[in-house]
Amino acid sequence: MNNSITQYFRKEMFPHIWCPGCGIGIILGSMLRAIQSTGWEKDEVVMVSGIGCSSRITGYVDFNTMNTTHGRALPFATGIKMANPALKVITVMGDGDCAAIGGNHFIHSARRNIDITAIIINNMIYGMTGGQYSPLTPTGKLGSTAPYGNIDQSFDIAALAASAGASYVARGNVFDVNQITHFIKKALLKKGFSVVEIIADCPISFGRINQLRTPVQMLEWIKSITVAKRVWEGLPEEEKAGKIPTGEFLDIDIPEYTEKYQETCNRIQQGRREK
Amino acid sequence: MDKKNNLKVYQNEKTVITVNEDWCKSCGICIHFCPKKVLVSNEKGFPEAKNIDDCIHCMLCELRCPDFAINVEKKEKTVEHIVNQKGLED
Repeated sequence: MNNSITQYFRKEMFPHIWCPGCGIGIILGSMLRAIQSTGWEKDEVVMVSGIGCSSRITGYVDFNTMNTTHGRALPFATGIKMANPALKVITVMGDGDCAAIGGNHFIHSARRNIDITAIIINNMIYGMTGGQYSPLTPTGKLGSTAPYGNIDQSFDIAALAASAGASYVARGNVFDVNQITHFIKKALLKKGFSVVEIIADCPISFGRINQLRTPVQMLEWIKSITVAKRVWEGLPEEEKAGKIPTGEFLDIDIPEYTEKYQETCNRIQQGRREK
Repeated sequence: MDKKNNLKVYQNEKTVITVNEDWCKSCGICIHFCPKKVLVSNEKGFPEAKNIDDCIHCMLCELRCPDFAINVEKKEKTVEHIVNQKGLED
């Protein structure tokens, strides 16, 4: 194959484990195209993941990779970044991994504004363990632990990250694949904590119980519930219910954590030398 | 196992479409969302580039393929092709 993103694969691991039509494969492709467009070497990229379907990504790519404990991708990534700030650290998390089990780590990484790119694959369900509802399952949708409909409100990851102090926040969906490649590229090049949430399809665990049995039906549904941010802002309140805005929510330049740490170290050492 | 065995190649003078049937899981995304309806499902459910002459190289099948199984390449134009296409022979 002359598809040039295959240079990043651990080819002996393919075909991959994800179900037919799973959005994680589409996101992996976008991510590799974005990394390729930055021109980074394989050895300077570190990819860290937690537990879940999405976290299998690190097994298929030929970067420095690490598959860590559930929800703790960001603490491990923070350690790697602090030890060697020259590395490009990317974390890949699922919706349950990021917003439920690792929710606390997520907001504190955003608060520190450490230079990590967090990619959140939001398939709205715990896919690997059999379809339990997650903090990002939309209200009213079914899950194996919510057979009469989910009564919880779902998190708005983009608003959460923006208010917690991140520098770049965007949301895309797997249907608009060129847009997510663009968002991931901007997030990778951003100095500071950057978050890209991607709404993905899960035809098996989410789709089967919600009458969206095929990958095609799921993608059509995702296409129907997502609207561009500027269109969403103009919609009347009653039409906003059940729709998810996509686009860039935040893009600011604020001081980055490892740089501030280095500055502090330099200042203290300077003071000691002068004594 | 020789992985090259199930690589299907479809081509005409402008386009080469390859389908790696070892990696394809027959999800049908490429077939349904092709804007020119180039691809059809074969008896095993794998995509087959039946109407390859309609392909406009938008690459959406390749970009949306979750299994990295389909690949579209635009053939570099040969001089003969450009001459024929633009009617420059006269």
